Amino acid sequence: MDQLTMLENKSIFIIREAYAKYKDIALLWSVGKDSTTLLWLCQKAFFGKIPFPVIHIDTGYKFPQMYEFRDHYAKEYGLNLIVGRNKEAIDGGMGPGKGSKLDCCNELKTNALKQTIAKYGFKALLLGIRRDEHGIRAKERVFSPRDENFRWNYEDQPAELWDQYKSESEGEDHVRVHPILHMTELDIWKYVKRENLPISELYFSKEGKRFRSIGCEPCCGPVPSTASNVDEIIDEIANATTSERAGRAQDKEDAYTMQKLRSLGYM
Amino acid sequence: MEERELHLVIVGHVDHGKSTLIGRLFYDTGCLSPSKIEEIKESSAAEGNEDGKIEFAHVMDCLKEERDQGITIDIAHTFFNTDRRRYVIIDAPGHREFLKNMISGTSQAEAALMLVDAERGVEEQTLRHCHVLGLLGIRQVAVLLNKMDLTGYSEETFKTVKAKIVEVLSGLGITPSFVIPLSAMEGDNVATRSENMKWYDGPTVLEALDSFESAKVLERGMRFPVQDVYDIDGQSVAVGRVEAGILRVGEEVFILPDNTKAHIKEIKKYLEEDIKEAPAGDAIGITLDGQPLTRGQIVVDRVDSKITDTVKANIFWMVDKDYTRGVPLTFKCATQDVKCTIDKIFQRFDPASIEVVERDASVIKPSEVAEVEIKLDKKVVVDSFDKIQETGRFVLEHDGFTVAGGIIL
Ligand SMILES: Nc1nc2c(ncn2[C@@H]2O[C@H](COP(=O)(O)OP(=O)(O)O)[C@@H](O)[C@H]2O)c(=O)[nH]1
Repeated sequence: MDQLTMLENKSIFIIREAYAKYKDIALLWSVGKDSTTLLWLCQKAFFGKIPFPVIHIDTGYKFPQMYEFRDHYAKEYGLNLIVGRNKEAIDGGMGPGKGSKLDCCNELKTNALKQTIAKYGFKALLLGIRRDEHGIRAKERVFSPRDENFRWNYEDQPAELWDQYKSESEGEDHVRVHPILHMTELDIWKYVKRENLPISELYFSKEGKRFRSIGCEPCCGPVPSTASNVDEIIDEIANATTSERAGRAQDKEDAYTMQKLRSLGYM
Repeated sequence: MEERELHLVIVGHVDHGKSTLIGRLFYDTGCLSPSKIEEIKESSAAEGNEDGKIEFAHVMDCLKEERDQGITIDIAHTFFNTDRRRYVIIDAPGHREFLKNMISGTSQAEAALMLVDAERGVEEQTLRHCHVLGLLGIRQVAVLLNKMDLTGYSEETFKTVKAKIVEVLSGLGITPSFVIPLSAMEGDNVATRSENMKWYDGPTVLEALDSFESAKVLERGMRFPVQDVYDIDGQSVAVGRVEAGILRVGEEVFILPDNTKAHIKEIKKYLEEDIKEAPAGDAIGITLDGQPLTRGQIVVDRVDSKITDTVKANIFWMVDKDYTRGVPLTFKCATQDVKCTIDKIFQRFDPASIEVVERDASVIKPSEVAEVEIKLDKKVVVDSFDKIQETGRFVLEHDGFTVAGGIIL
């Protein structure tokens, strides 16, 4: 069995395990490459018909291309799409220009997600985070419980071995399930290539720059790159110096990532 | 270079040289950029290391930037490459309070490097780690006798410490693949053969690593635990992962624990046609003639499993609270999920000492290993761990959390 098939099998196993245990489950789809890969893995796990909703947390500040992409594939895959917005904060004018970036993230992402979870009563969320994103991610479990404040107690995490994941427990608001935790950035791109997955055009180089991760337009900076298709991105990542790849591919990217980390409540 | 990477765990008593070895491996395999090397040299100099000598123990820290965050990473995953393949190092913390994390990390490893300080020999955590490796069934183990420079590269010392650790490991059912004398600090026998130990003719650490194999699929003993059953276009499809052996279309199979017969009609994967067989590790759907399946049933090719409601096992207790005999738990093995209690505690011991603490006990204390008999509410399908690991291991759960891991005797 080749490496990509192995990774895929592992992800599909986790997705099916999550659905077997939690019927009140949803997939968090940011429209980025990782969660789009996860979306595809869910398609595969359920033979083309995902039996639960797909949530997009919309801050109102995403790139226009992302909205187009979202709506196009939501339709093509026949998704039950829930768009979650913190309407009150948006109406109140919250945005990157107002307050700190962290406040903005808190209101438009974390609180929007809290509201969505509360409204639909979700007990489990599938998220497309990866272990190599940042050192702290290395601590994550595949099934990671959160309390009502979304706190992640990384100092005292449940034991997890032999693909036996924790069951529902007392005091748990919901559980975060991470089916692609074991994939690296390079694995994702190789998988995108093999499966010929649709990926937002923002990832491909235009005028010498491309986005390595995408989110809200005002807070995303492109990196210098000439990689204008998936093959070139694979080359670019594979040939980055090994130390950059040594377990922490993305954390250097920009200060925004650190903020994202602090608001671990969201991711 | 091979496509498959190998997951490697490095264990050993604190201060026996884990961080130094990891730094050395990164450095010697050319996996550090010049700027990173500069950074490490600077921080080494700041701590008084003379003329540009590298403090290899800093490499991991620099890579993780854990000092900035004030967080110690427990199951860090870092990578390095040899000519043969990529290695993922799972860092497993050695302290007792981290046992849960150590076990979570180590359970993902296909091979282990066990560091032992040649001067100080086997210590408390060395023993505990030997136990964990034994219990987790990690059989590819290289023992590294480190800090040979401090012994004047003495062959005598090497022989003495080697004899001791081989004895300990064999008591736990592990035959080390290699025992290598090295100096992680000076680099002897890590990537290059030591000039200082001409009396040693075995492999270097990198050669030993490259000789390890990733897990293989065995021909016999197919096990397909049913994970869930979906209705796909009016057809009942049982999904799951082949845990052992190979599942084949047309084959006669048995559904356990009820022991009914059926045939595999189809193997299904999304957008794939005409799949004839699925090896261990494959996440698939199947259709059968006969009764619809349910989660927790196990499809096998021959009935040579144990079908039983009492299980004898070795368990390691991972949480901070005592277990008292008779308290209800949940037994989880493959996709089986059954209420149980531990009825008999034949013996319990602290894995750091080997000595039995108590026989015929009524409690198990945190971080202890115990030989027990588990009474289940209904029959389960299991194998002995020595025969099929995937259905020979289980966890015990309390209030939704894993409290113990175990292997079936
Ligand atoms: N002389 C000598 N010292 C070593 C060697 N390997 C490690 N050390 C030293 O032993 C101490 C503990 O090493 P470290 O790698 O931090 O151990 P860890 O706790 O297992 O990660 C440090 O002061 C190292 O410099 C070696 O091969 N020779």
